[in-house]
Amino acid sequence: MNLISCKNLTVNYDKEAAVENLSFSVSFKDYIFILGENGSGKSTLLKTILNLKKKSKGEIFFENLKRNEIGYLPQRITLKKDFPSTVFEIVLSGFVSCCSLFYSKKQKLKVLQILKSLKLENIKNVSFKELSKGQQQKVLLARALCATKKVLFLDEPCANLDPVFTKEFYSLIKKLNEEKNVAIVMVSHDIEAAILNAKKILHIKKKVLFFGEIQDYLKSEFAKVFLRK
Amino acid sequence: MFNEILNVFKYPFLQRAFIAGLFICVCVAILGVSLVVKRFSMIGDGLSHVGFSAFSIACVLNCAPFFVSIPIVVLAAVFLLLLSENSKIKADSAIALISNSCLAIGVVLISITNGINKDVLNYMFGSILALNNLDLILAVTFSFVAIIVFIFSYNKIFSITFDEDFTKAVGVRVKLSKIVMAILTALIIVVGMKFVGALLISSLIVFPVISVSMIFKSFKSVVIFSAIDSAICFVLGFFSSFIFSIPTGAMIVIFNLVVFVICYFVSLFKKLKITLG
Repeated sequence: MNLISCKNLTVNYDKEAAVENLSFSVSFKDYIFILGENGSGKSTLLKTILNLKKKSKGEIFFENLKRNEIGYLPQRITLKKDFPSTVFEIVLSGFVSCCSLFYSKKQKLKVLQILKSLKLENIKNVSFKELSKGQQQKVLLARALCATKKVLFLDEPCANLDPVFTKEFYSLIKKLNEEKNVAIVMVSHDIEAAILNAKKILHIKKKVLFFGEIQDYLKSEFAKVFLRK
Repeated sequence: MFNEILNVFKYPFLQRAFIAGLFICVCVAILGVSLVVKRFSMIGDGLSHVGFSAFSIACVLNCAPFFVSIPIVVLAAVFLLLLSENSKIKADSAIALISNSCLAIGVVLISITNGINKDVLNYMFGSILALNNLDLILAVTFSFVAIIVFIFSYNKIFSITFDEDFTKAVGVRVKLSKIVMAILTALIIVVGMKFVGALLISSLIVFPVISVSMIFKSFKSVVIFSAIDSAICFVLGFFSSFIFSIPTGAMIVIFNLVVFVICYFVSLFKKLKITLG
């Protein structure tokens, strides 16, 4: 069952193409790693699918999927230093697209549950701006988990995480994928994690270099170049 | 002194001033929380200059100021708040550009027609005592609508203020919410301007939020206590301005400043307590 399909997608940045004629699809229960060098258009692709950037050409179809069933963990957010907010408030805002007017008791309980699973429950009333980068990243992950129903997009999620939590993070995502049937689309540089976790690889350099099963990718020439580095 | 306070309420024009002022102060403070965080602190200043130019156009055309200034200021607000989204000019410079051009246009128009008169001065420094029934009705309705809309879209406003991209990505109609916020801000500023004046309206936006957020951590508590702080400062400023016969707008700002200083020292004391254990 297809959830998202991109057909001949082109995205321009000041007239120069950042993503060119790119086609791929995300199916139910997929676990896709998007690999590529710096400036290869990985984040641009993600942002275009998420409606944060305008596409120049091509089509993006959502099938069996509504926008409010998507979760998103951005690479970084421009933190407003004087924004007053607690961890709990921020995580709860993950439900922003699926609440009527106010958050329900059930949603608040879910937040507590997610905070517990990420070992954040003891800082739930702490001000967000006082946290370390790594902890902030965890809080944003918790928010993304609240929003996620069918697909979770992650943009270099492990950039600020310590090695111990990175491991926990991957097992958490795997569990989400296998037990809750959530499709995962992750932009990353971490080829080793990709080999361990991904079901599919999308390797791009503006255009698609490779898109397919991980086993086939490991046999391909692109993987060899990447692995040698 | 207590008698003097009671005397204030004998006069209908003072009753009007009190009710309208209270509503506007609370409302401006609430809208201020998100404006300050998004670096739009000076939008009050900017829009009030737009309002000034609209007012001079109204003078030239010889029609009621509100009916000219409301649409023009609303347009300017929507333009400013949306501009920051995808333009190379940053919010603060955009506000400066627009507000100063409007101020210049206003001054030119005024000097061509009749020179600076008392009405214009009222617009610069406010004229809480010259509010008529229409002003009162507009102030109360706009404030009421703004507070209701704010409460019902509180979750969206929080999320957009914190992280616009995420909110957009998960399917909230961010642009619509921003336009609604811009319109509300504009309406409140137009009526607020008449009351504390173009020069002081920004302080009503900025002071309560900054003072309160030094002490409180969560967004919700900052919103609630900003409103309370603003209301208290208004009441104190309003009455003391009669007792000492000082312009009301200035007195309200002075009280806001006092609260700011108190909050600053309280937060210093708190920090000291933490570091000393």
